[in-house]
Amino acid sequence: MKVLAAMSGGVDSAVAAARAVDAGHEVVGVHMALSKNRDQTRTGSRGCCTVEDASDARRAADRIGIPYYVWDLSDDFHDLVVEDFLSEYAAGRTPNPCVRCNERIKFASLLERATALGFDAVCTGHYASIRTDGPAGAPSLHRSRNMAKDQSYVLAVMGPDAVGRSLFPLGEYETKEEVRAEARARGLGVSTKPDSYDICFVADGDTRGFLERHLGEAPGEILDEAGTVLGTHRGTHGFTIGQRKGLGIQHPAPDGAPRYVVDIDPSSRQVVIGAAELLSTRELRATDVISFEPLEVGRRVHAQIRAHGEATEARILEVPAGAGPEGAEPAESLRIELSTPIRGVAPGQTLVLYDGDRVLAAATLERRA
Amino acid sequence: MSADERERAYLDHAATTVLRPAAREAFLEASAVRGNPSSVHSSGRRARSVLDEALEQIASLLGVRRSWLIMTSGGTEADNLALRAVALGAHAKDPERTAVAVAATDHPAVVATAGSLASGSPAIEARELPVDHLGALRPEGVAAALADGAVSVVSAALVNNETGAVQDLAALAAAARPHGTLVHTDAVQGVGHVSLPSWEDVDLMSLSGHKIGAPVGVGALVAKPEVPFAVTSTGGGQQRGVRSGTLDAAHTAAYAAALQETLAEREQQSRRLRALSARLRAGIRAVDPGARFTLPEDAPQSGHIVHVIFPGADSDSLLFLLDERGVDSAAGSACSAGVTQASPVLAAMGVSDQQARGALRLSLGWTSTERDIDLLLAALPESLERARAVGALFG
Repeated sequence: MKVLAAMSGGVDSAVAAARAVDAGHEVVGVHMALSKNRDQTRTGSRGCCTVEDASDARRAADRIGIPYYVWDLSDDFHDLVVEDFLSEYAAGRTPNPCVRCNERIKFASLLERATALGFDAVCTGHYASIRTDGPAGAPSLHRSRNMAKDQSYVLAVMGPDAVGRSLFPLGEYETKEEVRAEARARGLGVSTKPDSYDICFVADGDTRGFLERHLGEAPGEILDEAGTVLGTHRGTHGFTIGQRKGLGIQHPAPDGAPRYVVDIDPSSRQVVIGAAELLSTRELRATDVISFEPLEVGRRVHAQIRAHGEATEARILEVPAGAGPEGAEPAESLRIELSTPIRGVAPGQTLVLYDGDRVLAAATLERRA
Repeated sequence: MSADERERAYLDHAATTVLRPAAREAFLEASAVRGNPSSVHSSGRRARSVLDEALEQIASLLGVRRSWLIMTSGGTEADNLALRAVALGAHAKDPERTAVAVAATDHPAVVATAGSLASGSPAIEARELPVDHLGALRPEGVAAALADGAVSVVSAALVNNETGAVQDLAALAAAARPHGTLVHTDAVQGVGHVSLPSWEDVDLMSLSGHKIGAPVGVGALVAKPEVPFAVTSTGGGQQRGVRSGTLDAAHTAAYAAALQETLAEREQQSRRLRALSARLRAGIRAVDPGARFTLPEDAPQSGHIVHVIFPGADSDSLLFLLDERGVDSAAGSACSAGVTQASPVLAAMGVSDQQARGALRLSLGWTSTERDIDLLLAALPESLERARAVGALFG
């Protein structure tokens, strides 16, 4: 196959590209430039967006012996990821920009461009597995063998079509150490490069400061669940459902128990705080469903709502149009019931449903009723 | 067969042309000479003699005195000296000289240097000279920029690095002279392709080695003796005190050898390259009648650059597809970390960002042949089709 290897300049994507070459594919390395004004050198933990990272990727491509290019996807990234991040926060939701980037950039803009240029697949250093032995025969997305690194949650939004045109060579590795050892053995200079985390486009890691700079101040009230005003805030975008710290409330709760953000209403600019029990929910509603196979009402699944969270047993209650089996009565949104309540469910978060280690669907959580 | 083994067409001579064997020989020979040209002992004198021979050769080829030459690391350093050191030197001599003026289409080494002077001390204003749709300076814009007599140095490239447009420096000089304004030209893309301007018209000229077949790492600023310089980098005071640093006999010798060959071949080469670029234009028109040449064939231009826009095509993709098919080309000037930026040159010529999509710069040099053109034309149809498919996705 003709394969485009997305190379961030990190160790994972470099080893993945090398693996694709080993597998006999004709591989071309591409580094995505996601910002017009990139820093020259890397500082801290944001590991893909500087000129130095592009240069690391180029060196890795040289070592592997593949052609290398930089593609400027900064306009798409700004419009579809950064702007989305800001507008979601402005709407009182909690987006995951890495999920958006996978959905709209890596497995959309990049993949479409690659396909138009004659590539058969895009290869990345994500930790997930693609198998073709599933019940439908079509390629299916699975958790990686290394559960600690598993990224199937952030990949699920790519959908079934993109899975068939993607390669994740790192899905079968047991540990990150194995990947680093292989990078060392291949003479890749990035073998000791630290893992990146945090949001890549928030240069200093201060997400709240970033939101305030871009969204400005929009003061409002902080209330308890009974509607009593307890204080004020500078903008609802400074809060996330489930947040406990930094509420700035002087009066303790009558019962002395810790209080959490339980609701955010951007239209009235109100932030409601309350006891932990109010955060617990047994039922989740989600829209924008991307399903890998038809979801039947009543089916037992596992649900995950955070990149590094645990999956909880659940049962499907309602399925919207397009996501269920043919002929099924469509509902407005996806509704599931959890076997045990979970806390800190925030609208805008991604819900991923699994059958064992196989991804069934991804969807976006709605505000609780 | 992998892409590396395939026969390749090198159509990016404006970025760096092919090293001339004579320049390589001269470099190797001179670099084997022991000693620092500034030392007073016998070895030093021998090294100085090698350097001086080379400088004399360069001076004689350019029709200037040896003392006019300030050897640099390349064109960028020469442009920096011409804009910064001269602007500050002129201001020190005459505090009324508070501005510089540069063509809007000039290389970043000129435009960015001029722009940086505003935040310096003393602050020097940078004025941008407008150009028409062919990249030629607008006389009324030049007159307006120079009218108050505040401009110490005015700069315009002899040949534009993206489009190949040739500037009328005699006209610029005529406009500058009454105001006592010095004229600088970045001639980096012009040497060997067009005739050099008269020293009656220009006071300063930037040159670069790797555009004429010398190694990367050598260039020169040619400056008349009366040009005032401020000292912007300090050291041992070599080269009029303007450009301190150990004198580089080997690079200078290589430059002299390359310049000798380049100028000796100029008329014959430029005739040859004009014929090749005509063949290139005709071939492109046959492949894609919708292709738009940035300069019409009869506009004043160097024969070694053909700048063309393929409407609807994505430039990055086009470069990739041509590269994959054995053709080295460029979208504009090479940029940091491989990201192609929207071209300020085209913008200054009135081409919108949207219209500038699908731009391709093909540039020829002393090793170019008809075979290179044919390889490009063979690769072009499929490359264009796919680059347009990408352009349609991201339009």
